[in-house]
Amino acid sequence: MSEEPGQRSLPGGDAISLRGITRRFGHKWALRGIELDVGLSELVVIQGPNGSGKSTLLRIIATAVVPTGGAGHVVGLDLRRAAAAIRSRCALLGSTNGLYEDLSARENLLFAARMLGVRQPAVAIADVLAQVNLTNDADERVRFYSSGMQRRLALARIMLREPQVLLLDEPFNALDADGADVVNALIARSIARGAAVLIVLHDLARLAHRPTRSLALGQGRLA
Amino acid sequence: MNTSSRPWDRVRAIAAKDLTAERRAKANIVSVTSFGALTLLVFGFAVGPDSATLRATAAGILWLAVLFSGVLVFHRSYQLELEGGALEALLLYPGERWEIFAGKVLANLSVVFLVELIVIPLAVVFYGIPVPSHWLALLAVVVLGTIGFVTLGTFYAAMASRARSREVLLPLLLFPMLVPVLLAASEGSAALLAGDPMGDAGAWLRLLIAFDVIFVLASLLIFQHIIEA
Repeated sequence: MSEEPGQRSLPGGDAISLRGITRRFGHKWALRGIELDVGLSELVVIQGPNGSGKSTLLRIIATAVVPTGGAGHVVGLDLRRAAAAIRSRCALLGSTNGLYEDLSARENLLFAARMLGVRQPAVAIADVLAQVNLTNDADERVRFYSSGMQRRLALARIMLREPQVLLLDEPFNALDADGADVVNALIARSIARGAAVLIVLHDLARLAHRPTRSLALGQGRLA
Repeated sequence: MNTSSRPWDRVRAIAAKDLTAERRAKANIVSVTSFGALTLLVFGFAVGPDSATLRATAAGILWLAVLFSGVLVFHRSYQLELEGGALEALLLYPGERWEIFAGKVLANLSVVFLVELIVIPLAVVFYGIPVPSHWLALLAVVVLGTIGFVTLGTFYAAMASRARSREVLLPLLLFPMLVPVLLAASEGSAALLAGDPMGDAGAWLRLLIAFDVIFVLASLLIFQHIIEA
């Protein structure tokens, strides 16, 4: 396979490789020199107090936020030069669900499927709706969903694709036991097919898998 | 799951999504159209009952009514993305940023054309405008003027979307930039409604084409820096 602009061979199978990543919002430094390597099939948990920069780190890897300094590669692609290519190989379940409240669950998923170029979208949507147990409410407007149902729908949107890097920001938020099972099944499937999974999590008890590594982020630095 | 999408598919997906959301919130399109009709009426009262003056000012007033209604459309277009943090999810889909802009322009064009479809016949009735002989050229002025207006409006709405006072900021940014398009569109329309006695409608039409080409290309190129700021 030919390399894309900004792409390099994966060093030792690294899915994520960050060197000295910093990010400043106004006068406040959210991240100060992050060094991180995550390999394929690895499950890495990041913990830390509120405001320590965990979500910012995931958003930088997903290319939602441009780092102030440092360099990084995601699946061998340069964070700055190949952001569009990274987006097609990386999926983020953010702290907000990012849903359109005036659309139904099915319409939200149809939009996501079109943006992702999912072949046979109707079949794929029916499948993920069944997995998150929203089939019976699929034609309701999201505005009338509970927060747990909205989180399930956001998960269903992630499940429309098979990214090489899966980033989950507090995925168990607002979910009941069944919803937590859906998250754990998604993690298991992703690792089994060789994806790297990076999770920001406060409560490790809900995670059914033993993480490869647990890292602590405090004041913008990884311990 | 097997995935691959093309730019045009994503542009259409964004336009379809925006139009579905707009259709759902019927109150918005009704308010926007009513606002346009009301603007026509209020300006009509301000100009006075003289039918010749009304006809002479009709084109400019019609474009102002479309402009004021359009600002509400543009504002709503990004409001959709800000509710529930959808903008970040939108930015994380594969593809280039210009596709988002093109999708939004397509959706906004559809809504503004719909507003014009209602407001223009009302203007014909309120201001006693006769059907012009150059109706095809007039249609071209309306279409080209709307394309320029919607392109700039969608662009500046993106710029204002994350500001706290975006409702005020959008007209402040947009209106000065719209002067060339508004001038060409209203002068071209007025000339054609009067039967083009000076033969200058063609020049306004060419000016509109030039503005549209410049605005569309420049917006597509710069949008990435605006939306990622």
